[in-house]
Amino acid sequence: MPQSHIMPGFRPAISFTLVYLSLIVLIPLSAMLLKTFQLSWDEFWAILTNQRVIASFRVTFVSALSAAAVAGIFGFIIAWTLVRYPFPGKRLFDALIDLPFALPTAVAGIVLATIYQPNGVIGKLVLAVFGVQIAYKPLGIVFAMIFIGLPFVVRTIEPVLQEFDTAMEEAAASLGANRLQTFIKVILPNILPAALTGFALAFARAVGEYGSVIFIAGNMPYISEIVPLLIITKLEQYDYAGATAIGLVMLILSFILLLLINLLQGWLRRRNGQL
Amino acid sequence: MKITAAAHAHKPLSLSDPDGFKYLLITLTLAIIGLFLVLPLATVLTEAFAKGWLTYRDSLTHPDTLAAIRLTLLTALITVPLTTMFGVCAAWAIARFEFSGKNVLLTLIDLPFSVSPVIAGLIYVLVFGAQGWFGTWLSDHDIKIIFAVPGIILATLFVTFPFVARELIPLLQEIGHEEEEAALSLGAGSWKMFFKITLPNIKWGLLYGVLLCNARAMGEFGAVSVVSGHIRGLTNTLPLHVEVTYNEYDFVGSFAGASLLAGLAVVTLVIKTFLEWRQAQDLKSARVASE
Amino acid sequence: MKLITLAKTVILIVALSVSFQVIADRTLLNVSYDPTREFYQEYNKAFIKDWKEKTGEDVQIQQSHGGAGKQARAVIDGLEADVLTLALSYDIDQIAAKTGKLDKSWQKRLPNNSAPYTSTIVFLVRKGNPKGVTDWTDLVKEGVAVITPNPKTSGGARYNYLAAWAFAEKKYGNKEAAKDFVKKLYKNVPILDSGARGSTTTFVQRGIGDVLLAWENEAFLAVNQLGPDQFDIIVPQTSILAETPVTVLDKVAEKSGTRDLAEAYLNHLYSPVGQKLAAKYYYRPFKPEFADPKDLARFPKLERVSVDEIFGGWEKAQATHFADGGTFDEIYAPQ
Repeated sequence: MPQSHIMPGFRPAISFTLVYLSLIVLIPLSAMLLKTFQLSWDEFWAILTNQRVIASFRVTFVSALSAAAVAGIFGFIIAWTLVRYPFPGKRLFDALIDLPFALPTAVAGIVLATIYQPNGVIGKLVLAVFGVQIAYKPLGIVFAMIFIGLPFVVRTIEPVLQEFDTAMEEAAASLGANRLQTFIKVILPNILPAALTGFALAFARAVGEYGSVIFIAGNMPYISEIVPLLIITKLEQYDYAGATAIGLVMLILSFILLLLINLLQGWLRRRNGQL
Repeated sequence: MKITAAAHAHKPLSLSDPDGFKYLLITLTLAIIGLFLVLPLATVLTEAFAKGWLTYRDSLTHPDTLAAIRLTLLTALITVPLTTMFGVCAAWAIARFEFSGKNVLLTLIDLPFSVSPVIAGLIYVLVFGAQGWFGTWLSDHDIKIIFAVPGIILATLFVTFPFVARELIPLLQEIGHEEEEAALSLGAGSWKMFFKITLPNIKWGLLYGVLLCNARAMGEFGAVSVVSGHIRGLTNTLPLHVEVTYNEYDFVGSFAGASLLAGLAVVTLVIKTFLEWRQAQDLKSARVASE
Repeated sequence: MKLITLAKTVILIVALSVSFQVIADRTLLNVSYDPTREFYQEYNKAFIKDWKEKTGEDVQIQQSHGGAGKQARAVIDGLEADVLTLALSYDIDQIAAKTGKLDKSWQKRLPNNSAPYTSTIVFLVRKGNPKGVTDWTDLVKEGVAVITPNPKTSGGARYNYLAAWAFAEKKYGNKEAAKDFVKKLYKNVPILDSGARGSTTTFVQRGIGDVLLAWENEAFLAVNQLGPDQFDIIVPQTSILAETPVTVLDKVAEKSGTRDLAEAYLNHLYSPVGQKLAAKYYYRPFKPEFADPKDLARFPKLERVSVDEIFGGWEKAQATHFADGGTFDEIYAPQ
């Protein structure tokens, strides 16, 4: 039901939107759905409860969660610093934050592998100092996912911090709260929804990531094999039904994640509206 | 998924954080940005020039590299206008009208963003592949989609799907429709209203969406890799060419291709910063005007 | 107005790029696996020249390389290859079964099971062989890191696996012991890349692992291209006979009218020119008499057992070892 009867163009706009959406997204996605329906429920269940499949889901989700958490903390620190403290070269660093968006994933994968491998710049250092190998271990997956997730967190927290009313901090301080108390009681609750949204976005992106991860992961079944790689592996064994079954589960999970993120963002917008 | 181009221009706030804490955080920030962002960028360049300028130049002027660059440009040239057109239509429908199912539509628009690129490629194989829905028909009529340029374009259309729409929807909502209504009531036609009022209002946001869309279109790897067929000089885009040369032990060639893509990324960031700045300026002047 | 100009430009470019393909000469698409890149680069040039001399026609040859599984999958999904030059007959059998684009008896069409050249699996170790690896039994020792790709996706990896199995079955005399041996071997594998090239990069470029199980030609290539002073090739006493078959994909070649060209292309592989080039790029030629003796001298002597002999053919080997729930999965399952 159009909101304003004067406003033109609803019909053509929505028609084109829906047709294009159907052609590019919905019809191809439904092909996957139908392909999966060729399986009986038992077959479907057997594919999903295969140990290797479960392991790869575990690897993917645990890595994505840890990466999103680390990206959340790093992103918070960066956003805070960029918004609150003046320092030379700030604009440049601020612009650089979006590099992972703009850098193709294949390039990111090759470069990250080069840096974090045992004889790479950082890999060597970390191995010597901490005795930990990053690339070709599950840790490598986490590092690649932090890289791609970081901008999401920074860019969702930044605007909220900018809009944040310092009068509230000042009020808290004048009531005798120390800096830490102010931070925990006043700042954190206001930033939290944005931080959570950023975290969820980083997580959603990390779960589906392929290009940058496979170069650095090691790809060992049960240990460092991510779900998208398993889908490719199934495909290359001509197991289309298996590949689409796993793909469908991934798709449903992304859809749920997105719904949650949209709800979070709606909530965030309403909150901010009230501020 | 929303990364606002919103006001970056603002004054640093007066603070009560202790100096030591402040410097600690600045150091941490610089360390994270340095290790995670600057170092990878620098690595691309050092590896690309590892064997000197001449080798670098030769790698870039190799016919296969040139073909990959051409294909990448062609893909972007076709996908970006289509995604932009879709973005404008979708944003107009969603931001200017109320209808049921809007939230579902919004989520569906976002979906390609979080779908694994591998799945994006797979679904087109299921539809157009030889074993897929239209496989027999296509092969009878000698139409190539998968393992040819159309497949690459389709996969790219999928992964860039939300880029413009998601940029424009909040922007249109924020701007409101008063000016447009005023123009209409003064007798302007729909197109005139769109080009004279709406477009100037959203131009920076639109360009911003187009820019990000372009970066993704040129840089997509996973989805394109599934539908490309990897035919040298024919269906290898630049990101695929990077992978192929990497597998041929031609590391300089690989990083030379990567350096082009990294250059594209840097140019994207520069233009993006400019657009954000312009948008902030416009918003500021709009605010001043309304006060 | 602007949109229209843009649309016109796009249409023009699409039209141009399409017409380019129409104007071009007859082309042949050769879909191959990873390690043949260098060989076919030179062979294609030789063939184009030869064909021009014989018929006066200019032709183009397009190459596609990738992991064997990926390439076969692409062909099944419709990648229109005129000729296939893959790592193992199983993949071509699958293409025949799933697409019907060539006859099931394809392997009988050309000499030597349609393999103009063969190969085997050898060990690549770091210079001076610091871990003292001389034969298969050294690979299961503690502290020896072995690099091999994933047999589910890589043809070379399947040969690696089968070579190890064949050795153990011969040495210990039963399948249980062989399985145990292979299991121990895979315990020493820290990274499973999806293709042979990925594994070579891991071993050579990234410096991971003590032993790379590699195609013989890949090992030679790695040594020559990436550092003769860094690696040594170790040849085990027994290894596998890797028959790398070639064939015409009939339906595609007929449709695009390239059958004569495709057949000539493959027959030329058996000619003195093709055989000589194969040996030059470290493939063991079917007719060694055509190869340069200097090239032949580089091939070490070893016993090569065939997949048919030990495993009763690829179909069976695939079903027993590499299918889901097969021996490889059992070996890999966490305890």
